Amino acid sequence: MAERKKMALIAAQGSLDWAYPPFILASTGAAMDMEVKVFFTFYGLPLLKPKIKAKVTPAANPAMPMKMPFGPKGFQNIDWPMPHAITGVVPGFDSMATRLMKKTFKKKGVATITELREMCVMLGVELIACQMTMDVFGFEKEDFIDGVTFGGAAAFLDFAADADIQMFM
Amino acid sequence: MAHDDEIDCSGMNCPLPVLKTKMKIDGMAAGSTLKVITTDPGSCQDIPAWANRVGHEVVETGEGDGKFWFMVKRGE
Repeated sequence: MAERKKMALIAAQGSLDWAYPPFILASTGAAMDMEVKVFFTFYGLPLLKPKIKAKVTPAANPAMPMKMPFGPKGFQNIDWPMPHAITGVVPGFDSMATRLMKKTFKKKGVATITELREMCVMLGVELIACQMTMDVFGFEKEDFIDGVTFGGAAAFLDFAADADIQMFM
Repeated sequence: MAHDDEIDCSGMNCPLPVLKTKMKIDGMAAGSTLKVITTDPGSCQDIPAWANRVGHEVVETGEGDGKFWFMVKRGE
């Protein structure tokens, strides 16, 4: 077996779509016998709370396909043109888009963020909360799930310096 | 082909087949064989990549009826 690889990830975004890459790669990396640490900073920090409330924001992602997860195939394949005037202004649009995306994920057999996070914990991924961001946004250690560790830039870089894979998301 | 255990990951999407397979095979003895069944086309690359990385061996693969299967022999 090859020498144990290391992977260092930074999760800086907290929307539903951006929550997936770090948890997918972290859990898979751990399953591939890698030592994995994920540093949660800025808007990534709420992903460490017991209840994940991440949403998608179509207004901020103009290339997001807007498709319906139900109805006949032809209907499901329609990519609905959605002007910014609607996605950015209509109240509840993000919540609706989030519901549709979650429904699509479920239908396609994609794990929820919470499930992937549980896998990460089970597989020994270290989830690090950025102490500075906690102070700035007013988070306490008790706000996060058990097992989260706490650290800063130097602690992360000390690990990342010897890591084989480093990614910022 | 004879196998010692089986896991059905039908309907699961990336990265679940790899994660479920890893957890299953961890509880098996070295040298034993696990049959993994999937429907995710991506698993055709992912399962062998994972197995190769962690020292298991995919000794046989196949597909049919919209499903893929892999015989994974557990390494040491």
